[in-house]
Amino acid sequence: MPPTPDTAIEVRDLVVDRGKKPVLKGVSTAVAAGTVTGLLGPSGSGKTTFIRAVVGTQKVKSGTVEVLGRPAGSKPLRSRVAYVTQDASIYPDLSVKANVAYFAALYGRGRSEAAAAIERVGMADHADHLAGNLSGGQKTRTSLACALVIEPEVLVLDEPTVGLDPVIREELWDQFRELARQGATLLVSSHVMDEADRCDRLLLLREGRFIADDTPADLRAATGTANLEAAFLHLIRDLERAD
Amino acid sequence: MSIRITFITAGRILRQLLNDHRTVGLILAVPALIIALISAIMDDAPEVFDKTGLILLAAFPFMLMFMITSITLLRERTGGTLERLMTTPTGKLDLVVGYALAFGAAAAAQTTVAATVAFAFLGLDAAGPAWAVFLICIVTALFGMALGLFVSAFATTEFQAVQFMPVFVVPQLFLCGLIWPADQMAGWLQGVSDALPLTYAVKALAEVQVNPEVTGAMWGDLAVVFAAVLVATVLGAATLRRRTN
Repeated sequence: MPPTPDTAIEVRDLVVDRGKKPVLKGVSTAVAAGTVTGLLGPSGSGKTTFIRAVVGTQKVKSGTVEVLGRPAGSKPLRSRVAYVTQDASIYPDLSVKANVAYFAALYGRGRSEAAAAIERVGMADHADHLAGNLSGGQKTRTSLACALVIEPEVLVLDEPTVGLDPVIREELWDQFRELARQGATLLVSSHVMDEADRCDRLLLLREGRFIADDTPADLRAATGTANLEAAFLHLIRDLERAD
Repeated sequence: MSIRITFITAGRILRQLLNDHRTVGLILAVPALIIALISAIMDDAPEVFDKTGLILLAAFPFMLMFMITSITLLRERTGGTLERLMTTPTGKLDLVVGYALAFGAAAAAQTTVAATVAFAFLGLDAAGPAWAVFLICIVTALFGMALGLFVSAFATTEFQAVQFMPVFVVPQLFLCGLIWPADQMAGWLQGVSDALPLTYAVKALAEVQVNPEVTGAMWGDLAVVFAAVLVATVLGAATLRRRTN
């Protein structure tokens, strides 16, 4: 295996149109390996489109997206990058266990790894339940287990904590931190500001452009605010005044 | 293409199907029951039933595969699992062939039950070997699957997918010789009939009906159906996009 480059995700001048509407208007950033990067922004700002471009399922108009030094979505990346979509992408007519075992098997992993992933997301008690009968948060956790099971080098998560209770949210963030500590790179979109503080770096997307690309501490310092929510409001108001 | 992933995919699809007990029951029982009904309707004309019953043996798996493939694949598309699979090592062909294996197995089970009931209890008669009937039924079922795969790309809801039945399936059933011999239709309609793959499945079955040995004509007709399977599969696989908008 080639050595992991320091930059895990590199995006240059990415432009994406959906229909005739521009969604991403030339964004660039570099995500360092072994970090947790938060992608924040109001709904409709282009977070999901950005994430889909990183995993290579989004048609792009121009610009480049490279993951682990290769074009996003290219074949060698498919066993190294995992993607958790916003709506739990699992099979409702399969049990939790069968769902996770299926995705595990696609990557050549076995039942014990699947069981461990189910345990990690706290779904062991529901392993034999049909996914279609689970609550929204349980579906999300099952979907997450389907990604964790492959121990990806890059884990891309689109709003993974929506609808989860605070305890589980806390546990998941602990896991994200732990994965990063072990060397994985995580890109997590969220619109919950208190999650932003658990990221190493923040990308704030607004109307298809990054209005901030910084560490939480630097963001607070630059805007002279105590919390990130206030920092973002400050940035947005500055922009609106400039318009 | 990876054989391993193809089989894993087929196993997953079969497991999904088996978890739905009512669907399994319907798949296995309905064709046999309908053929029994037809046999009772044609009580006084066993020679007509021999023709109709044999065609129905192939028509049912064809319809079934079309329906379950178009709806299951639509669910993969709308449920986000297709997009997810496209980020995994699963290739498009792995997925399509996985579907063919899984639903082909379902078609084989359905044909076995229906054919056993028809030949053993309903007095259906064909001169040719049973394996030839079986083979024609499976290839026809795969054609239904491939057509359903292709059509699922044009539906955005399950409701629409069901509406494609009368568009893609019913005309073929009417024109294939099931309700009226193709050579007694209006001339232009015979031309249409000749262009529809299901017609060749019926022709192949007619060969098995009258000849104790399999004939070259049967192989020729079956080859046409098989070619249609390949064309529809390639078209269907082309509708699976890794990158979408």
